Parts: sequence; C-alpha cells; structure tokens
Amino acid sequence: MSATDPTAADPDLALAHRAQAGEFAAFEELVGRLQPRVYGLALRILGGTHDAEDVVQQTFLSLIEHLTDFRGETAVAGWVLRITANHALKLLRKRRGLPTVSLAETEEGYSDLPHPQYIAPWRDDAAEVASRREMRELIDQALIELDDKYRAVFVLRDVEGFSVKETAELLGLSVANVKVRLLRARLALREKLTQTLGDDDARVRPHAHHLLAPETRP
Amino acid sequence: MTDSQPPALSCEDILRALNDYVDGETLSALCREFAHHLAGCNPCQIVVDNIRNTIRLYKDGEPYWVPPEMSARLRDALRRKWAERFPAASG
Repeated sequence: MSATDPTAADPDLALAHRAQAGEFAAFEELVGRLQPRVYGLALRILGGTHDAEDVVQQTFLSLIEHLTDFRGETAVAGWVLRITANHALKLLRKRRGLPTVSLAETEEGYSDLPHPQYIAPWRDDAAEVASRREMRELIDQALIELDDKYRAVFVLRDVEGFSVKETAELLGLSVANVKVRLLRARLALREKLTQTLGDDDARVRPHAHHLLAPETRP
Repeated sequence: MTDSQPPALSCEDILRALNDYVDGETLSALCREFAHHLAGCNPCQIVVDNIRNTIRLYKDGEPYWVPPEMSARLRDALRRKWAERFPAASG
C-alpha cells in the first residue's frame, strides 16, 4: 500500500474536510490519529533523538498553515508524512552541516555492495517477532546504526510505503540512486537482524556467487 | 543442497535483481532470470525471505508511544496557531 494512494478509502479525509471548514476539534482528532506515525517517522529519520518532538510540532503547525491547500490528490496521511519527512530531512542536513538540498550527491553503484554473509531462515515469523516488546531495542538499534542516507531511503520506501519515485523526489535523488541505497539498507538490516533472529542450525553457506569478489562491468 | 545449477547471473546482476524481485517487479528480463536462478539457489531463497521479513518487521512494528507531556505541549502550540490562523473560527 502506498502512503499516498488516493484511490484507497481514506479514513482521515472526513476529518480533514471538517478541519478545513474551521472545526478545531476535528483537527485535534486528526492530529491524535496521525501523531504516533508522524513521531515514528521523525524518530526513525533522525535516528532517535529529542529533535523528533520539534519535527512533530513543525509538521502540525505547517499543517494549520497549509490546511486550505489540501485538495485530496493524495491520502491525508501521505500528505502529512511528506511534510514530516521534509522537516526531518531539513534538520538532518543542518545537523550534518550540509547547506541545502540532498543527502544526495554521488550516484552509487552495485559493484561494491556487501554480500550476504550470515544466511539462515529466521526462527520465528516476522509478525511474531515484531509483537515482542524486548525485540524493539534490537530492531530500532539496527536502524539507528545505518548511515543517515540509507536509513532515510529505507524508512520512506519500506516503512512508510512511499513509492521509489516519491522517495526520490523527497530526497532529491535519482530513482536509480534510491534503488541502490534501498538495497544497501535492506542488506545491512538483513545481515544484522539475521545474526540474532536466524536459526543457526539451519544456516547455509553462501553460494560461490555470494562470495566472489564484486565484478566490475566493462 | 546441490550445486546442480551453476548461476548464470553475475553476483552484481543478482544484487540488482534482488531489490526489484522483493518489490514484486518481476516483469523485467533480469527478474525473470533471477526467479529462474532462485529455484536452484537455496541461499538466495533464504536471503529474499530474510529481506521480506526484515521489511515486515519494521512495517508491522507497534507504533511509537508518544509521551503525554509531548502531546500536551503540542496541543497548546496548535491551539495558539489555530487562533492566529483562523481568528473568526476559534471561539
């Protein structure tokens, strides 16, 4: 499901319309519904710092400012999360001392990607693992340890469900670069999580092609 | 596990196809070739499965708990902003 899919029935649309008509109670209800997701996105993009609260505030303050601009081209949640992502990314760039745009710059290729090393099926189903409170720290920590530029792509695309194209637009990257960064993030998270969640008894050796030195194309 | 089917794809091809395959974009020639490769490559099957599980883990996780003090601060800030933006509507 895309975070911005306008065709799906949008549970937030009625509240957004009432808020646009000037009903503060409806706006507050909308904020209550979206706040955990907005906070989660800010925390994840920023890697879990108290700056996330600022981003949450900025998001909903911007929302009041631009409420009348919303035309329903996207789902309400997608529109709000896009605002959140923009604020969080702005903060991230500021923190990294970058002047303006993009966590962008160089196009990355596939030739130097780390290949899977620890390969084993997981002992438990992902939904079951996700529901275990004690796993939360492991899951969050693995994400925090990713480089900012890979984490942002993973969070927007895989967690929040923005399309590759939308993620590229939000980050000021090419689609090709989003794809390779996404793969890098997925491989890194897979490696880390499988070391803990993988069934060591069912571990398999990587195939020769997993171990080969990365090839370069002519 | 046997090595009866040596990979026809380079490791770079496999990595390139992996992403699209996980995302269900199986229409490209490379993805079709990768699907064929997967059938004979247990480690690759497990890696694909691991990646799908990894994504589900983050997607299906419980929502973040929002501290009540934070919600209270937000509510105050929003009320002030709303009164500024829509002076007629707020009573």
